[in-house]
Amino acid sequence: MRLLDIILFTGQTLGRHRFRSAMTLVSMAIGVAAVLTLTGLGEGARGYVLGQFSFLGTDTLIMFPGRKETTGGMPPVTGSAARNITLEDTQTMARLARGVDQIAPLVVGSAPISYESRSREAVTVGTTAAFFSIRGIKMKRGKSLPDIPMEQAKNICIIGETIKTELFGNLPAVGQWLRVSDRRCRIIGLTEGRGDAFGMDLSDAVFIPVASAQSLFDTEALFRVFFKIKANASLAQVEKQLINIMRDRHQGELDVTLVRPDAMISTFNDLLLMLTFAIVGIASISLLVAGILIMNITLISVNQRTSEIGLLKAIGAPAGQIRMLFLTEALLLALIGAVGGVIIGETLIFAGTKFFPDIPFYTPYWAILSALGVAFLTSAVFAYLPANRAAKLEPVIALTAK
Amino acid sequence: MPELNQKMIELRNICRTFYLGDQAVRALNQVNLRIEQGEYISVMGPSGSGKSTLLNAIGLLDRPDNGEYIIDGINTSVLDEEQRAHFRRDKIGFVFQSYHLIGRLNARENIALPMVLAGVPPKQREVAVEQVLAKLGLTDRAHHLPKQLSGGQRQRVAIGRAILMSPSILLADEPTGNLDSKSGAEVIEVLEQLNQQGITLLVVTHDLSLGKRAQRRIKMVDGKIAEDISR
Ligand SMILES: Nc1ncnc2c1ncn2[C@@H]1O[C@H](COP(=O)(O)OP(=O)(O)OP(=O)(O)O)[C@@H](O)[C@H]1O
Ligand SMILES: [Mg+2]
Repeated sequence: MRLLDIILFTGQTLGRHRFRSAMTLVSMAIGVAAVLTLTGLGEGARGYVLGQFSFLGTDTLIMFPGRKETTGGMPPVTGSAARNITLEDTQTMARLARGVDQIAPLVVGSAPISYESRSREAVTVGTTAAFFSIRGIKMKRGKSLPDIPMEQAKNICIIGETIKTELFGNLPAVGQWLRVSDRRCRIIGLTEGRGDAFGMDLSDAVFIPVASAQSLFDTEALFRVFFKIKANASLAQVEKQLINIMRDRHQGELDVTLVRPDAMISTFNDLLLMLTFAIVGIASISLLVAGILIMNITLISVNQRTSEIGLLKAIGAPAGQIRMLFLTEALLLALIGAVGGVIIGETLIFAGTKFFPDIPFYTPYWAILSALGVAFLTSAVFAYLPANRAAKLEPVIALTAK
Repeated sequence: MPELNQKMIELRNICRTFYLGDQAVRALNQVNLRIEQGEYISVMGPSGSGKSTLLNAIGLLDRPDNGEYIIDGINTSVLDEEQRAHFRRDKIGFVFQSYHLIGRLNARENIALPMVLAGVPPKQREVAVEQVLAKLGLTDRAHHLPKQLSGGQRQRVAIGRAILMSPSILLADEPTGNLDSKSGAEVIEVLEQLNQQGITLLVVTHDLSLGKRAQRRIKMVDGKIAEDISR
């Protein structure tokens, strides 16, 4: 039998039972769309979370006060009642730890800022020049923080683009004096982009030297310390050194936590992949259901068309051809349904990227291919039984069936 | 009829027994039969005497449990399922009492079916189908669905399908059983015309006047050939 004839013949059969065929198509389409959409959601979530950490690279360590299990897990937002990490700690680590390329202490708070008559509250970050290089923050105008000793305060600041627009509009900001709380700082630079990570929008922040921030917020305590490791140094060794230094300085008690972003990232990655597989697994059940539905439809078709099967055999169709015709019928349904499902799924994912542009929803090719493959395979497996039953019918018996 | 004496079909001691529970029904009981190419045979006999079973055996639709069946010099017992199917397709045409047309296909498509199954290219198919339609006077009914045709027309479509592959033998099991006498006579005339063009024709019928038209009349009783009369 010619391929086109096979398709025409089965197409005519399916067209005769439009409602039945349509329901099967819909169930298959829903199954495939569910698998694809959920994969897309999972992959989107994974991409989003990983994207949040990716700027850190694999050569970065983050220290925060308080003791938490380090392997993976989010850093706690507030350190438990532990000893603070101070600037002296940071300086000691910078001096003693070999393998540390750059070190950036961080103090974060909120302060009222104003320029002329305009004022607002802004996230104020006290840090050093190293922070900009570790986090890859680029300057749009002006300069980054100067390389001054950590303990030295200076009345300078760098602002993000949002703040610049809100306070200065189109006027140049670099060189102007910005009031931060009760101090005046000269704006020396303007950062580029949002650089948002950890849910922090850096275009909406003001950066000042870390010592200035400590005096502004009247605190010794550092919020975080960022380390960038030398290219040839071992992360594990540096980690050990830093821990030892901190333990020594805190009278033998380890009350800081060091986080390796790459460990964190891979933990997140594993977790999110597992989550994706789990929801896709659940969604696959709908594919299975669609496969069973196809088996039922084929069974009904075989039963209703028993005398037709007899006729086809009488006019020269061998068992194999009968089996092939019924399998084609099932696979045609599966294929059309699955393609419909891919279109629906991709449309949903596309809509998702429009509504949530920050989240990189996407269905990987393996997901599309395996959804199609699974749809096809389950249908073939499930339809084989009834198709084979049709093929094995005795022509005389089949002919006399009503 | 130049090929009349060429031996074509031979049944030797054909038996077919059906079992209903522990009761055996001998539908064919040691049937011996020789049919020459181009013969016109009617098969008559009481209901349940084995007429259909005989036709099914000749048509390779059914396997006898015993005996030998030779067609075109081939012992059919050596054929496997697929070979039997292809034998039916190429050499045997069937016409049934209930037409067995496929309802969703129109007359032309029903007639074309054997060639579709055989994978004959559409161009070639079209030519053959067109010829058959013309032969049976169905050209203007080509696009009608079976339900839009009269009984006689339906049976002519079924005959068209049976002769599309130019089989050497045509087996008709009560082809007029569902028809009034006028359409029945028309259908028989069509079959007889085909026989005159050389096809071997076996017709099972309960209608004595139709049965008498055949050159050779076989009467079945209890799975045996009780009479075999040639004119
Ligand atoms: N598939 C079957 N299973 C059981 N018994 C069968 C089967 N087919 C035929 N028979 C029996 O075999 C015998 C012959 O049947 P067959 O159909 O050949 O008769 P027939 O001469 O064609 O009768 P009719 O004139 O009613 O068509 C009958 O007794 C019938 O009941
Ligand atoms: Mg009968």
